[in-house]
Amino acid sequence: MNVQTPVEQLKPADYASDQEVRWCPGCGDYAIVKSVQRTMAELQLAPENSVFISGIGCAARFPYYMATYGFHTIHGRAPAIATGTKLANPELDIWVVMGDGDCLSIGGNHTLHALRRNVDIQMLLFNNEIYGLTKGQYSPTSRLGTRSPSTPQGSIDAPVNATVFALGAGARFVARSVDTNQKHLPVMLKRAHAHRGASFVEIIQNCIVYNDGAFSGWTDKAAAADSQIQVEHGKKLVFGKDGDKGLRLDPATLSLEVVTIGENGIGEDDILVHDETNRLLANLLGSMEHPEFPVAIGVLYCDPAETYDAAVHRQIGETLEKTPPTDLNTMLRRGRTWTVAPG
Amino acid sequence: MATKLVDTPSGGESQRESVDSVVIRFAGDSGDGMQLTGTQFTQSTALMGNDLATFPDFPAEIRAPVGTTYGVSAFQINFASYDIMTPGDAPDVLVAMNPAALKVHLRDVPKGGTIVLNTDAFTNRNIAKAGFEANPLEDGTLDNYVTVEIDIQKMTLASVAGIGVTNKEAVRCKNMWALGLMCWMYDRDRQPTVDWIEQRFGKRAPEIAKANIAALNAGHAYGETAELPSGIPAYIVPKADVQPGVYRAVTGTEAVAWGLVTGAHKAGIPLFFGSYPITPASALLHNLSNLKQYGVTTFQAEDEIAAVCSAIGASFAGSIGVTSSSGPGVALKTEGITLAFAAELPLVIVNSQRGGPSTGLPTKTEQSDLYQAVYGRNADSPLPVVASCTAGDCFFAAIEAVRLAVTYMTPVILLTDGYLANAAEPWEIPDVDDVADFKIDFAAGSEEFHPFLRDEKTLARNWAVPGTPGLMHRIGGIEKSYDTGHISYDPENHHRMTKVRAAKVDGIADDIPLQEVAAGPSTGKLAVIGWGSTFGAINQAVERSLAAGLDVAHIHIRHIWPLPRNLGELLAGYDRILVPEMNNGQLITVLRDRFLVPAEGLNQISGLPFKVSDLEAAIRERLESQP
Ligand SMILES: Cc1ncc(C[n+]2csc(CCOP(=O)(O)OP(=O)(O)O)c2C)c(N)n1
Ligand code: SF4
Ligand SMILES: [Mg+2]
Repeated sequence: MNVQTPVEQLKPADYASDQEVRWCPGCGDYAIVKSVQRTMAELQLAPENSVFISGIGCAARFPYYMATYGFHTIHGRAPAIATGTKLANPELDIWVVMGDGDCLSIGGNHTLHALRRNVDIQMLLFNNEIYGLTKGQYSPTSRLGTRSPSTPQGSIDAPVNATVFALGAGARFVARSVDTNQKHLPVMLKRAHAHRGASFVEIIQNCIVYNDGAFSGWTDKAAAADSQIQVEHGKKLVFGKDGDKGLRLDPATLSLEVVTIGENGIGEDDILVHDETNRLLANLLGSMEHPEFPVAIGVLYCDPAETYDAAVHRQIGETLEKTPPTDLNTMLRRGRTWTVAPG
Repeated sequence: MATKLVDTPSGGESQRESVDSVVIRFAGDSGDGMQLTGTQFTQSTALMGNDLATFPDFPAEIRAPVGTTYGVSAFQINFASYDIMTPGDAPDVLVAMNPAALKVHLRDVPKGGTIVLNTDAFTNRNIAKAGFEANPLEDGTLDNYVTVEIDIQKMTLASVAGIGVTNKEAVRCKNMWALGLMCWMYDRDRQPTVDWIEQRFGKRAPEIAKANIAALNAGHAYGETAELPSGIPAYIVPKADVQPGVYRAVTGTEAVAWGLVTGAHKAGIPLFFGSYPITPASALLHNLSNLKQYGVTTFQAEDEIAAVCSAIGASFAGSIGVTSSSGPGVALKTEGITLAFAAELPLVIVNSQRGGPSTGLPTKTEQSDLYQAVYGRNADSPLPVVASCTAGDCFFAAIEAVRLAVTYMTPVILLTDGYLANAAEPWEIPDVDDVADFKIDFAAGSEEFHPFLRDEKTLARNWAVPGTPGLMHRIGGIEKSYDTGHISYDPENHHRMTKVRAAKVDGIADDIPLQEVAAGPSTGKLAVIGWGSTFGAINQAVERSLAAGLDVAHIHIRHIWPLPRNLGELLAGYDRILVPEMNNGQLITVLRDRFLVPAEGLNQISGLPFKVSDLEAAIRERLESQP
């Protein structure tokens, strides 16, 4: 008779490696690594099957702190490396960790293509709107006017909005959360993990050394309720301390507006309901910026389709069915050959 | 229904003059189908048992304006009743489908050579476009040649009349008419071409198939019915006396593809190929994309960086990652290659070299990426470099590259070039079972694991793949501790790791064959040292010089890095060393650096392979002059 030994439950600490974490004290990355470890424990993910692949930057140190497989690669190229790893072994559960420079500057091209191909990986962007590791230059997500060592008079190039970029690239899962929001972030990570295909999660991350407080206007506890909107599929897009603010679509301009329920004749029915399969709505929500708008956090868009890795292996399977492999000697003799007889 | 040709005996073999070797060059507009004509002629020639070598030479423009010199596409074949190694120095016969083709190629035809001309294309407009001041058919330009002037277009149209193809489709058959004529002239079997036409068009467009076959037969019949002016004999080129065995025609690209597949099988792991299209490397991506049933995954990446990175990611997961490009693309891959070098992951980088720098001469051949392969990386990052020397050798060189990569956990560069990639040669198909296995032992759960534990003999680190319980670990580009595999910024450790990585690559010299002499004595007056696709030309030049009683040897280096252990000693045995290269002098630098030998260069940077006669002259010149 078989005795079933209960599988030992892995705790968050079991997903932490024995390496000393070397981020600056107070860096938002600490909160993110904790969230990821907690999420993995909640899902009881097999460490040997989990792989963290990163580029270069502060964020990219992430794999060293996980007791899983990890590959700390080169600046910007993590999505390309992860694509190869996933195609070579689709069974692996792959997380890609990127900074904003990593993901959207040097690696923008690879991010675009991993998303449009829909490779089944989780792509986490730690967006601190600054180059942390190289000591504080402005990044492609830095707001106009950002003063940094390389932009002493303030940055003059318009930033890229990460979620809108991802949607434009054809991403089929786009979410946003905040490093310190330990209630919300694990939920997003779980959703991203459950999604088959490329799941893009923008995690707002505070760089305490080079860009401290860049987001505090809407992430601080006191401000959050009135300046964030948590979007949930099927639920009304309402926010505010009293839950009386909401988003309404102006059909004339195809744009969102913030309204207060009970004011100017606005009723509950005027408020939009979130539909995470609506790409247009996701674009509108992702574009909202503080302070004109509340910043949207949650799953902005989720609409799965066949993944690239599945399609690649489907084609291989079809080939195998149509033209089964021969031994290699036969392979070399396919097509036109001739024999030179001895003598 | 397959068409079977029945040749009515005519002309009679007795009227054919027997020659030992012939060089034919087909030249025409890019749209004239010259590559196809050449390839079909090659197939029949191979099947008829001649030894052969080919040289396809096409323009960089896909559809250059009709009738221009830069739109001329050519295909040269040298076939013989004996062992030949090059596509031939100069054509005995030039088939020129238009004035531009004549303009570009006439200078290569020796006086007395035969030129077959498609007179229809010699209109005033075309003649002017080609840059002739007057009609070369009339102004005496061709006085020193044997010309065969035929209105091929008219003949072709007549031959396909009634088949029901459009005029445009009919005109496109004229390459088949020319092929038919050449098949008659050199007694080639047309059946392989007929089979090919039917396979290609038979089902989809039976009329087109019919028209092509009709044109082919008409060209043949034209020769047979002796419509040719007198003085143009028909030839016969007897079979070559070659090693018994099963043969096929192979290009370097096909051979690399099969070699990579075979290498992966010998290692017992899947093959992952990530690439981004570039001439002349793209054909490898196409080839491997059709071999998916043999454990191959191909990936057309968004750029060369992603291509090499995807291959590295696949190697991390336990495949042999392979990427391929030519010089400009390999330059983009450099950072990725050093990542694989630092993380000590296997990787094969195939570089089909082309004329450079920058976009250079995309469709022409060159050997100018040797520096890039040997030296062209930041930091101390030596890599094994293997250079294949013939189309057939590409098969074994690719297997060797995979073997070194997985045995030593290192990126390996495999150099081929545009000539090897495209040129076809008859290839005695090897028995794959004769190639030894080098099966991979992935690390499995053990107490002592860390990713940089090394094999004492090879110094290769152990390879544990994600998915293996108990061996979770992190690798990356930051320096790692020799002792623990964790990140280390320790100064002594970096010194030690740099030395170990170099020693690992150096040690490969003990695992490759000693350098052999390809022809001639192992000591003497002059050694000609080559590498890569110049093998055939150098070998033939040295063989001929030896036959003329000269004291010269041919040494061809296949392992460019590390070099064979005995090479220095071997070189010391010759008074003079000549290094012909299709670049401005690269291997020569390595040889001088490693062995302090007074090597002299012979450099041809024209985008074209060496001529045997030029090499012979250089050998003679060196032997007659004082160093
Ligand atoms: C090829 C290359 N270029 C530049 C760098 C230098 N570099 C390292 S990290 C980085 C930017 C880091 O910013 P980000 O990606 O936002 O990550 P963070 O440090 O903010 O987490 C740069 C420019 C590098 N390592 N490699
Ligand atoms: S520099 Fe900024 S992002 Fe980097 S570790 Fe320090 S606080 Fe974190
Ligand atoms: Mg950053």
